Amino acid sequence: MENFDVIVVGGGPAGLSAAISAAKAGMKTIVIERGNYPGTKNVMGGILYTKPTNMVVPDFWKEAPIERPIIEQRIAMLSGDQCVMASHRDPAWTTEPNAHSVLRVKFDRWLSQQAEKAGVMIIPETIVEDLLYRGDQVAGVRTGRGEGDLGAKIVIIAEGVNNFLAVKAGLAKPLHPHNVAVAVKEIITLPKEKIEDRFCLEEGQGATIELYGDSTAGIMGTGFIYTNKESISIGVGTLLQPLIQQKWTPNDLLEHFKAKPYVKRLLQGGETKEYLAHLIPEGGYTNLPKLYRQGVMVVGDTAMLMNSLNREGSNLAMISGMSAGEVAAQAISAGDTSEQMLAAYERKLRDSFVLKDLHHYRHMSKFFENNPHMLKIYPEIINHAAGMYLTVDGVPKKQRQKEILRMAFKRRSIPGIMKDIYGAWRALL
Amino acid sequence: MKLDDKLYLVRFNTDKLSHIKIKDPSFCFNNCQDRVCTRVCPAHVYDWDEEEKRIAVGYEGCLECGTCLAACTDKNIDWHYPRGGFGVSWKNG
Ligand SMILES: Cc1cc2nc3c(=O)[nH]c(=O)nc-3n(C[C@H](O)[C@H](O)[C@H](O)COP(=O)(O)OP(=O)(O)OC[C@H]3O[C@@H](n4cnc5c(N)ncnc54)[C@H](O)[C@@H]3O)c2cc1C
Ligand code: SF4
Ligand code: SF4
Repeated sequence: MENFDVIVVGGGPAGLSAAISAAKAGMKTIVIERGNYPGTKNVMGGILYTKPTNMVVPDFWKEAPIERPIIEQRIAMLSGDQCVMASHRDPAWTTEPNAHSVLRVKFDRWLSQQAEKAGVMIIPETIVEDLLYRGDQVAGVRTGRGEGDLGAKIVIIAEGVNNFLAVKAGLAKPLHPHNVAVAVKEIITLPKEKIEDRFCLEEGQGATIELYGDSTAGIMGTGFIYTNKESISIGVGTLLQPLIQQKWTPNDLLEHFKAKPYVKRLLQGGETKEYLAHLIPEGGYTNLPKLYRQGVMVVGDTAMLMNSLNREGSNLAMISGMSAGEVAAQAISAGDTSEQMLAAYERKLRDSFVLKDLHHYRHMSKFFENNPHMLKIYPEIINHAAGMYLTVDGVPKKQRQKEILRMAFKRRSIPGIMKDIYGAWRALL
Repeated sequence: MKLDDKLYLVRFNTDKLSHIKIKDPSFCFNNCQDRVCTRVCPAHVYDWDEEEKRIAVGYEGCLECGTCLAACTDKNIDWHYPRGGFGVSWKNG
């Protein structure tokens, strides 16, 4: 059996970041990936954040296959054909970028090439089927190939949201409709001038739009539209449980979103090139798996590190991967891969924004699960209120304001609104 | 756009072996009211066959998302990844 210092399962952002940091610290490191090459099995919206990615590959954005630097981000509430929107724009983010749109097949492949430059060996088209143990200590992996056992001092599980290995290892629980969202997305091509005109962008700049409310038929989740170089990424993602209850199919929900007047106009004349589907972990802080035990650590989506509210997942994946890679190198150099030693990994995440943010939003999923009306009633009230306020028909403004309040309280009682504000406050602030 | 036309755009390297099996087909008929697998799968891999009284599985169109596994809370779906190098292979991601 061939032996390595570190075996990483999965060549997504979490696994590749882990491998890069372990290899840079001198560890003999391999990444096992089930796709033809890293990226071919991976899907995201996808907005990639500059600072966290810079920590893994400094100044990556100057040469990596990225699509557009994001200079404008819009958030909208949809109700029927109506839409209320807020946005932030800063053209300075063109040259001092904060985030870029990316296509994961290209980006992950490039990141895997950076890993190779750092000395990592990538083994594609290979599935890890189980972990190997020596007593309680994880000691390697069993792959789907003949003579496929490989030994390691430390295994890092970066298998993504489908946590089969983490479950087998007794670290995580199987996914449940309450703690995952299902997302479907399309890539729709458009000439770059059209994209820039429709989204009010200078050449090369990018924009994002997240739409809540009727974009997902009021189901907890979002519709998103991101600009790529010569295509648009458009998709919807919702929690699985309410999707099941409300009997939608993911594709029908995406078509419902695409048919909204505001959305339709942005896509007009475009051609769909690809249809994609993926899960998103939504368990949050209260459903974190065990992050480590003797000889093994869990990173990225497998560790449920996702902050959907701020659309942050890839960054949590990369930072957690990097931290695990560093801890692996320290433990191996010290000749001690015990559980106690690997606890340093969890401490790193707790000291950083990764677990601080998840802890901060720990009440969020329960709140929205227990209050499924939030994304139904409020987009309606807000759109209706805006429509009434902007209607010019000779009604004095004071009277109109009273009418607006009456309309709102008819849809949701005063105590109901107070309760919602308190709940949302507690969940989000 | 119809789902079938969308799936036609997806690149697959289809394995001859199916990677999906219903563990107990009679359970779907006798005990499962909602048959959520027929709705939640983004690729409509599962279809209720009224004549055969069982779920028909079109594994070739599977996008490997894992939704069906989470959704079938009776755990009646035996699903594993297609062999290394087989299955869906995204062009953009
Ligand atoms: C629709 C959608 C939109 C999103 N939008 C954003 C966004 O805009 N910004 C953002 O930051 N995040 C976003 N996310 C979240 C982000 O995609 C994830 O958090 C991130 O990809 C997690 O990285 P990972 O490396 O943990 O997992 P993955 O990227 O899923 O990588 C896992 C890898 O492991 C491989 N693998 C799995 N099992 C095995 C095995 N047994 N053997 C070998 N290889 C295996 C897979 O092929 C894959 O390459 C989005 C997610 C979705 C689904
Ligand atoms: S959801 Fe599960 S039990 Fe129900 S029909 Fe589908 S496979 Fe059978
Ligand atoms: S993994 Fe996804 S695409 Fe494949 S059968 Fe299950 S739900 Fe359908």
